[in-house]
Amino acid sequence: MPPTTTDAAYDPARPWTLHPQVSLRPESFGALAYHFGTRRLSFLKSRTLMTVVESLADQPSGLDACRAAGVTDEELEGYEAALATLARTGMICERAA
Amino acid sequence: MTATDTGFRLVDRFEQGLDAPICLTWELTYACNLACVHCLSSSGRRDPRELTTDECKALIDEFERMQIFYVNIGGGEPTIRSDFWELVDYATEHHVGVKFSTNGSRISDEVAARLAASDYVDVQLSLDGATAAVNDSVRGNGSFATAVTAMERLAAAGFAGFKLSVVVTRHNVGQLDEFKVLADRYGAQLRLTRLRPAGRGADVWDELHPTADQQRVLYDWLVARGEDVLTGDSFFHLAAYGDALPGLNLCGAGRVVCLVDPVGDVYACPFAIHDEFLAGNVRGGGFTSVWRGSDLFLELRAPQSAGACTSCGHFDACRGGCMAAKFFTGLPLDGPDPECVLGHGEHALDARGDVDTPRPSPDHSARPRRVPVALTPARRPDRRCDESPLAGTGPAVRTG
Repeated sequence: MPPTTTDAAYDPARPWTLHPQVSLRPESFGALAYHFGTRRLSFLKSRTLMTVVESLADQPSGLDACRAAGVTDEELEGYEAALATLARTGMICERAA
Repeated sequence: MTATDTGFRLVDRFEQGLDAPICLTWELTYACNLACVHCLSSSGRRDPRELTTDECKALIDEFERMQIFYVNIGGGEPTIRSDFWELVDYATEHHVGVKFSTNGSRISDEVAARLAASDYVDVQLSLDGATAAVNDSVRGNGSFATAVTAMERLAAAGFAGFKLSVVVTRHNVGQLDEFKVLADRYGAQLRLTRLRPAGRGADVWDELHPTADQQRVLYDWLVARGEDVLTGDSFFHLAAYGDALPGLNLCGAGRVVCLVDPVGDVYACPFAIHDEFLAGNVRGGGFTSVWRGSDLFLELRAPQSAGACTSCGHFDACRGGCMAAKFFTGLPLDGPDPECVLGHGEHALDARGDVDTPRPSPDHSARPRRVPVALTPARRPDRRCDESPLAGTGPAVRTG
């Protein structure tokens, strides 16, 4: 059906979750994410990012999910940029705190 | 980047193959009520050995276990199978999304309403001319009207975003803007794909494939449109003009793409239905073992020689083009694509001379082959779209 994206800007202090219509498939390079609603495919270029995305729903914030997955200070900017892209394309969405 | 850049190119990883295909085409039947002159699968008559309903369901179970997100169902005309809707429902219940290609002949108001109600089924209507004259010369009399009726029904049912899929030919490349208008009118998304010399297409490729000048016009048009127009990633050979088009720019055959045909044969890609590219059959040890262990697929995932393209500075952009296009035009697989934008393909075709090109196998054509009706020469579309630069190609790709 018609592509639907939530145009939410990524805020690392907010609670996030994988969109319910998105499936993740682990691959050697990281993972594939597929959104059944928008039919959009994304490539997650690290296993750590997959861990972050999968754990979003169980963590109080995006930042907490990154920390819990072992993302270092140096890596954080890159991961937040990746999460921002995933938020913009509706792969992840904000959830109620 | 969707993820942090960890210093590798996805295209390199994809060339080594994935645990499961990203894009799997499943042709359900060779039966078709049309006889398009360029049919990739030489369809017409049903093959008596086609997979049974139970075999199809077992295959869907396997797709689910492999986490294949969606399958592109085609044919033949897949809706001709009496168990078509049963299989579509079974797939979506098992988390395998379906996009099916159709000529529209079975899209009734009832079917349109049913499709509009599903989040997991997408429809791709085939049309190869923006006017009846151009379309019907390739797809048969009345096929334009049939497709337009189907689009009207889908739009009336509220199905937004279905795909209008066009194989670009010498005769319709001048109608790109008209196709876009047509798609917009029905709330559809336009999808343009490359004419391959596969199946019956091998017989008409010489006279139907776009000329070199037309390819340039097509490229500029696609660059200007960006992600607004889908291409099934089929024009990566045009990347040698400059910027890559959105999507995966590589030959995915046996690496991220494959075809399961109606009798369960697994081929490297939908455009390579020939024994040379047959990896195995799902009736033996199942699809997974073919995908992960067939000699052919392992070979395709090993580093490939650039052959005659080694010294070309554009090899990184076009990756040597389409394997099937080379094979069916009698060119070496490690050389230029027959439609190489630098003209190396034309030289290779000239040098090749008159050889017997490989015959597509098998042939399920119902009727004697038709020769396409001669049309007026294609006119050059205006180029007012040229000024738009290509937007940055993000890692998220529209499938299809």
